[in-house]
Amino acid sequence: MKKIFILCLLTFVVQWAFAQAPTAAPVEMADLLRSSGKIYVVIGTISVVFIGLAIYLFSIDKRLSKLEKEHK
Amino acid sequence: MKIKSDWWKILGVVLVLFSLFQGLMGRVPVLPILHETIRNIYYHVPMWFAMVILFVFNAVYSIKYLSSGNEHHDNIAVEAANVGLFLGVLGLLTGMLWAKYTWGEAWSNDPKQNSAAIGMLVYLAYFVLRGSLDEAQKRAKISAVYSVFAFPVMIVLLFILPRLTDSLHPGNGGNPGFNKYDMDNQMRMVFYPAVIGWILIGVWVMQIRVRLLEITNQILEN
Repeated sequence: MKKIFILCLLTFVVQWAFAQAPTAAPVEMADLLRSSGKIYVVIGTISVVFIGLAIYLFSIDKRLSKLEKEHK
Repeated sequence: MKIKSDWWKILGVVLVLFSLFQGLMGRVPVLPILHETIRNIYYHVPMWFAMVILFVFNAVYSIKYLSSGNEHHDNIAVEAANVGLFLGVLGLLTGMLWAKYTWGEAWSNDPKQNSAAIGMLVYLAYFVLRGSLDEAQKRAKISAVYSVFAFPVMIVLLFILPRLTDSLHPGNGGNPGFNKYDMDNQMRMVFYPAVIGWILIGVWVMQIRVRLLEITNQILEN
């Protein structure tokens, strides 16, 4: 479990070096959203939803295993 | 939960979480029309990848059923088609949303959209066929034969026909592979994990459905 936890942690600390930073482009991107930091709120929401779904799946899986064991 | 046999479920969850996080935070190419929606590649395209893999399961286990007559193989085939169809519908819906804001219309009768919709109908017909047969063995056998033909039809519809004409969808017209997607190598480092993650989760849901079906049958028999 500890190993998996560390694995999970390490997967998230990916960041790429970028030698040539692009100069300001006229194309509109969500720069403001990101600079003000609020994009983390969105990521938080999405993560909560997905982690919730994953836990739900795991619990269904567990309950099924129990049923399968009883019926053997 | 046994780590030895269920590690791939955890891997799937971790990979998708990674793609949710990095997909929103990572740098993407600055492009007109697409703007930030280019990030949809991480969430829309994996649906189709997972769907195709599940339909591969459907075809392989249909052939296996035909040679073995083992009910378990039929159960895997039907649930693979079920989850695959569900993911395909999600792919269509997310594609329509994306198209609305980049192509101007949710449904522009683009060759890719039309053939994807027909592909979904082919697999919908699989369930209609199954529903119309009462006897279990006959149902399994006839629908397995149908799957063997449905799979190449789906491949032709999704990956060959749109390439023969012009399409708004990237990766069509000519012989593009992945090079024509507006992706750079940074995006690929998020895209491929997302694809693998969603495939694993799709297979996981399929496995849960198969086990549920089999335990239900067992209880009903007793």
